[in-house]
Amino acid sequence: MVRKRVRFTFEGDLVKDPVIWQMGRDFAVVTNIRMADVEERYGWVILEVDGEPDEIDRAIAWAETKGVRVDPITGDVVEG
Amino acid sequence: MSYMTALHCRECGREYEPGPLHVCEFCFGPLEVTYDYDGMRGKVTRKRIESGPPTMWRYIDLLPIAGDDPIEMGTGFTPLLRAENLGRELGLDELYLKNDCVNPTWSFKDRVVGVAATRARELGFTTLACASTGNLANSVSAHAAKAGMDAIVFIPSDLEQSKILGSAIYAPTLVAVNGSYDDVNRLCSELAGRYPWAFVNINVRPYYAEGSKTLGYEVAEQLGWQAPDHCVVPMASGSLYTKIWKGLTELHRLGLIDEPHTRMSGAQAEGCSPIATAWMGGTMNIRPQRPNTIAKSLAIGNPADGYYALKTMQETNGAAAAVSDDEVVEGMKLLARTEGIFAETAGGVTIAALKRLVQSGVIRRGERTVVFITGAGLKTPDAVMGRLAASLDIEATVESFEAAKREVDARVSAAPATA
Repeated sequence: MVRKRVRFTFEGDLVKDPVIWQMGRDFAVVTNIRMADVEERYGWVILEVDGEPDEIDRAIAWAETKGVRVDPITGDVVEG
Repeated sequence: MSYMTALHCRECGREYEPGPLHVCEFCFGPLEVTYDYDGMRGKVTRKRIESGPPTMWRYIDLLPIAGDDPIEMGTGFTPLLRAENLGRELGLDELYLKNDCVNPTWSFKDRVVGVAATRARELGFTTLACASTGNLANSVSAHAAKAGMDAIVFIPSDLEQSKILGSAIYAPTLVAVNGSYDDVNRLCSELAGRYPWAFVNINVRPYYAEGSKTLGYEVAEQLGWQAPDHCVVPMASGSLYTKIWKGLTELHRLGLIDEPHTRMSGAQAEGCSPIATAWMGGTMNIRPQRPNTIAKSLAIGNPADGYYALKTMQETNGAAAAVSDDEVVEGMKLLARTEGIFAETAGGVTIAALKRLVQSGVIRRGERTVVFITGAGLKTPDAVMGRLAASLDIEATVESFEAAKREVDARVSAAPATA
């Protein structure tokens, strides 16, 4: 088991979809919302995801297919 | 002497030992270095600083290292140049350029990496690492070489050969990652927690970021221990921008300058402008972007310090401008034509933003303004290739030369006069 911390960003109608709930239901991961700021058409969530590494990767890849932007919580680390 | 006492969370204030940590365990806020400013007062004086080396290490007392043995490469104390020609062209009475093109690896990154590498060595690391498409990789590779440390540098696999060269020469381990920019981001964030390396802008980021303060110190010292009225700074993660302001406020706190009333303005390229976009939209909520600009050294779509940059902008009555890639090229050409400085694309962004801010009345004619030029033009020659005047091709005869010259003279006299 490992823990990954990521930042999910939701835009537009995606804000209304229960993506985090569905991710926890369809994949063997435990999600824990640690911080969030959600408005009507935009929101971000700092999420802890616990599980086996491959399963976490699959869960996050699925969230991306739903349109969620997934970033490291530290911001971009690739610099010019 | 070191005055660093701890790390603290910028959000909740929790304190940590000054080790290789960058995020608060409780609230995920970024960590920052705590100093004993009371202990500095009276000891860190103008005289002491002025008697130091002509490099950024003259400010060693204000930097987060424990010992007195920095990795010295001659970084910093770069020229602050009065830009009369550019000032005249833009309508500014007192314009200065802080020329950080002349650092050892030709960008300001030597300041941040110098501090990160020194602190990493103090913490017992033997390997420096980073993920970069250019300047940062160059500097990490060079500092590791100088310090006798190993360097491991992650780059996207489609990076141009010319950009790899500036790192490869220092013989780091170069890892070309087959994947998108986001993939490299994610991979390196994970690796930073898995290997005993000092990832300069991840696990030793609190120290790394402090290196940028030296730009603020230098400008104040070079202006005769006075803060400027206005600074224009390129923004990628937003760290450089916030730390220049921090440098000025620290000098005031120590009684070395009067209270700064400097207005801090930031420059981004339109193709990657999450901070400027938030500022212009009147929100503190930064929306990540996918970068698409020729200003690669500023292409950070999800800026770690974006929120703090917006706070500084608010606090100092500054502003932000986002400029098009065409304006970036024109900015590079304008700087070269008027002041003889060939800057990389980030310099073009900053000069174009300066122009925009003057034209819109944000920067006033009488403000003593300092513009930060953070990297040299030979790093990004592609940006201006094909957009400069062609050579006069002639035969090796006086007649051929004079015929060509007549053509040029006719072209010049036909051109409209510029103000």
